[in-house]
Amino acid sequence: MIRFVALFLMLALPAKAEEIVLGLSRDEVAITATFEGSEILIFGAIKREAPIQADGDLGVIVTVAGPDEPVTVRKKDRRFGIWVNTESVEVDVAPTFYAVATNRPLNEILTATEDLNTRISTSRAIRSVGATVSGAERFTQALIRIRAGQGLYQTLPEGVWVEEESLFRTLIPLPANLTEGDYKVEIYLTRDRQIVDLYATTIPVKKVGLERWLYNLAHENPFLYGLMSLSIAIAAGWGASAAFSVFRR
Amino acid sequence: MQIYLPIAEISVNIFLLLGLGGIVGVLSGMFGVGGGFLMTPLLFFIGIPPAVAVATEANQIVASSFSGVLAHLKRKTVDLKMGTVLLIGGLIGSGLGIILFNYLKALGQVELLVQLCYVVFLGMIGSLMFIESLNAIRKSSRPGGAPPTRRKHNWVHNLPFKMKFRVSGLYISVIPPLLVGVLVGVLAAIMGVGGGFIMVPAMIYLLGMPTKVVVGTSLFQIIFVTAFTTMLHATTNFTVDVVLAVLLLVGGVIGAQIGTRIGVRMKAEQLRIWLAIMVLAVCGKLAFDLLVMPSELFSLGTGGHS
Repeated sequence: MIRFVALFLMLALPAKAEEIVLGLSRDEVAITATFEGSEILIFGAIKREAPIQADGDLGVIVTVAGPDEPVTVRKKDRRFGIWVNTESVEVDVAPTFYAVATNRPLNEILTATEDLNTRISTSRAIRSVGATVSGAERFTQALIRIRAGQGLYQTLPEGVWVEEESLFRTLIPLPANLTEGDYKVEIYLTRDRQIVDLYATTIPVKKVGLERWLYNLAHENPFLYGLMSLSIAIAAGWGASAAFSVFRR
Repeated sequence: MQIYLPIAEISVNIFLLLGLGGIVGVLSGMFGVGGGFLMTPLLFFIGIPPAVAVATEANQIVASSFSGVLAHLKRKTVDLKMGTVLLIGGLIGSGLGIILFNYLKALGQVELLVQLCYVVFLGMIGSLMFIESLNAIRKSSRPGGAPPTRRKHNWVHNLPFKMKFRVSGLYISVIPPLLVGVLVGVLAAIMGVGGGFIMVPAMIYLLGMPTKVVVGTSLFQIIFVTAFTTMLHATTNFTVDVVLAVLLLVGGVIGAQIGTRIGVRMKAEQLRIWLAIMVLAVCGKLAFDLLVMPSELFSLGTGGHS
């Protein structure tokens, strides 16, 4: 919501001095049976009507966000000598994938206020409204830490190369454990830590082929899927015993 | 070569899965056990979500026990009547097990339940087997040891609802086999095992069934109970990963044939002691994970307010 308001305010600004023109290395990511992760190359140029006049520092921020999902974060404690899950916090909105690439550390090219409004940094992209446990912050930090460990949350402080203040490119690595959905790609252009332009697009990430078919069947027609799994198992069991009894003779 | 598992939603090395299937297959062929109680914890260790491991393993056991029961049917070493009684108990147990599983899943305690079940049952069975085979080895080294007498009259024979089981040559109450069936069904749903390692001793020592029909009858029961469990997991949790199951199957089927050949050349007591050591090792690893402070105290679960 706030992001839209910010966008609206920006659009309301009079004729932009600098504008983003974008290219993507691919327009969709397909998860196949042998998917081992992937990467997207995001590149573009900054279009200007007049020669460079602004004297503030130029910042380019590229964010890639997977579909939002609620997450339960659980914490283990020692009970009766063993480690069991005790407290838990519901994080209402957490992107399943989130990468922030910038040409310089984020706080050097974006003010805290702008970050708060646009929810660019990872900790801002996660929202937990209904957290009642004291110290809920530790839970959201744990979420970021775990997902960062899996390559799902990435902060790439020098991940954007800018040339001649007019060309930029970045490479976002995608791990193998991606969730399906539309991935939002947003590019922010900042001058003097203020956002001057925004470009947004989406890249669909989807399972294809056999993976797609099996996943759909398992969720949309679980009974049939179960029967299919059983038939495969029984056929394999029968086949094995038949094959080896021939072999033994 | 990595392969993406559509339901587990992770990428795993295809040779690792084939290898695991193969190794567990060899062991199950050598020792004449189903292997579910080894495979499911191994799947946890390589990072398959426990819910997916348990459900998928149930599906795989259908295949291995189907292949096993065919041989027993040919030799007429299956007590179908006893199998049916055990099966009725098994279906009830499996249903109860799934309810418990899904309830604890919502509470975020399902991993704990599965691990505790493994530690308790593997620990019990492993130590019993270890002690028994040690005794057997000691006895066999002394010539002239009398074989233990088995058919005793115990409380089992004083219960009502008696029924004749001709193949087993028994006239006993249906209550004990039903209860054994229920227990095995619960374990199948929670642990992703066939339950042969509980059922076989129970059939011999508790019900007093002749040893030659025990394995075939338990396999017969296991096929249907695990098939039912697979269906329940597939329709309520969507956690049966057929790609994972097929890969484990391929390795398992080949491994089992190799294992059977190795098993023939080894002494039964030695085999059992090795199996006992392996069971205790898996149990120890799981217990260690529960007792030692984990490096990451936090874990993520899918959302949904519970």
